Amino acid sequence: MYVAVKGGETAIANAHAWLDEARRGDPSVPELTTDQVAGQLTLAVDRAMSEGSLYDPGLGALAVKQARGDGIEAAFLLRAYRTTLPRFAASLPVDTGAMAVRRRVSATYKDLPGGQVLGPTFDYTHRLLDFALAAEGYAPARSEEAEPGEDAAFPRVTGLLAGEGLMAPEVASDEEPADVTRTPTTYPATRALRLQRLARGDEGFLLGMAYSTQRGYGNSHPFVGELRQGSVAVSIVPEELGFPIEIGEIEVTECEMVNQFKGSRSEPPQFTRGYGLTFGRLERRAMSMALVDRALRAEELGEDATAPAQNEEFVLNHSDNIEATGFLEHLKLPHYVDFQSELESVRAMRAQVEAERAAAPQAFKEAAE
Amino acid sequence: MEGTQERQRADDAERRRWMGILARSNAAAIEARLAEAPALPSHTRLRGPETGLVMVRGRAGGDGAPFNLGEMTVTRCAVRLADGTVGHAYQAGRDARAAELAAALDAALQDPARRPALMASVVEPLAAAQTEAREREARRAAATRVRFLAMETTR
Repeated sequence: MYVAVKGGETAIANAHAWLDEARRGDPSVPELTTDQVAGQLTLAVDRAMSEGSLYDPGLGALAVKQARGDGIEAAFLLRAYRTTLPRFAASLPVDTGAMAVRRRVSATYKDLPGGQVLGPTFDYTHRLLDFALAAEGYAPARSEEAEPGEDAAFPRVTGLLAGEGLMAPEVASDEEPADVTRTPTTYPATRALRLQRLARGDEGFLLGMAYSTQRGYGNSHPFVGELRQGSVAVSIVPEELGFPIEIGEIEVTECEMVNQFKGSRSEPPQFTRGYGLTFGRLERRAMSMALVDRALRAEELGEDATAPAQNEEFVLNHSDNIEATGFLEHLKLPHYVDFQSELESVRAMRAQVEAERAAAPQAFKEAAE
Repeated sequence: MEGTQERQRADDAERRRWMGILARSNAAAIEARLAEAPALPSHTRLRGPETGLVMVRGRAGGDGAPFNLGEMTVTRCAVRLADGTVGHAYQAGRDARAAELAAALDAALQDPARRPALMASVVEPLAAAQTEAREREARRAAATRVRFLAMETTR
């Protein structure tokens, strides 16, 4: 059956005009600039950049503003924008060990080289609404400064365990990693592909999956070996130069989760790593990613993979909020033809059932005689 | 021959340094320094400035096999001076003016006659400002370093 789906242009144009006006809000209130969004709603921008898989704080701020603060819509805008740009190069792997550290904590060692550096954290705040922020003329506290002294370097915590032979080493390799933006995911996935998909995955999904492993679905007992946040230099080797150059710095957060490993026939008991790395200052995201990465290594480490977080097809196929929202939200679009056929089918089934019911007493009577 | 190669490597290292410093500078900062510097030679654009993407990579566990973390915007430019010297720039972000200025500076800095004045008036002041910003962040971080005083006195 043909059902017209043309039309509605005026309605759509008017709806978008209203959206534009609604996004602006009360015109007597000053308009939000993208600089204000980038500078003051930093973590919303960081999340949009992470899930949009495109680092550019200015574009991230524009996306957050255009999306009226909706994180998934903002990430969607960034994903769409990136498709308009050519890719010049892939970077050399960033050296997070050389990070200019703003925050670095370890839950496994109290006294470690470099120490526990809290940075600008929400931790230890009382989570009481601060009404002073809502008042006009609010003057923020001033940050203090201290000489870093000899604690200026921050060696990796996992390196301390590796020095004792108690940390399973990572595979030393420069293998070209799989790229989900270029080739569709096939299973079993490589760890590189898993990490890329987790790095751009939905934070809420990653958090839920990570939480499930803590609550017993996947049985892990993780420690935050190290959580560090700061900026790292990004380098590329342009073909025309033939040597590496730095193209700038990006803000990242890295988490190394340490999990006990009972050992296997070939490996002695030791610790293993789950790894999280994300654009921006999103430590909940980096921690969640690290827990899910570790859970997804179950098969590789010879553990029983029975929990949802250990099932890579389940996790990776459902972690992308752009894919998920696209499939979910398409349900709003006209399904008139589909639904007409469903209607026909339900009417036909119903007619059949009614006919059978009408015939049934007769059949009963006949059987009784 | 070996001496030539070593000199080439030293030149590359110096060039890498100024390219890295310029890549961290926006157009306003570069222009402010250029106002105090000898005029740059005129250049023609060979390519760009044009904005594209670089896929940023990390390593599993921080030191393992590479993986793709996500992309970033980058703007590149290549210019040529009248004497044929080619300058390149790759800058994080979308600042086309900064990329063109950086490419023009990269070309001019390759001329040993121009280099000392441009290093002194443009590159070194930009480097100093970047170092100062980095050190300030390190000092702010140091002020949030936890001192376990109670543990030390009760030990």
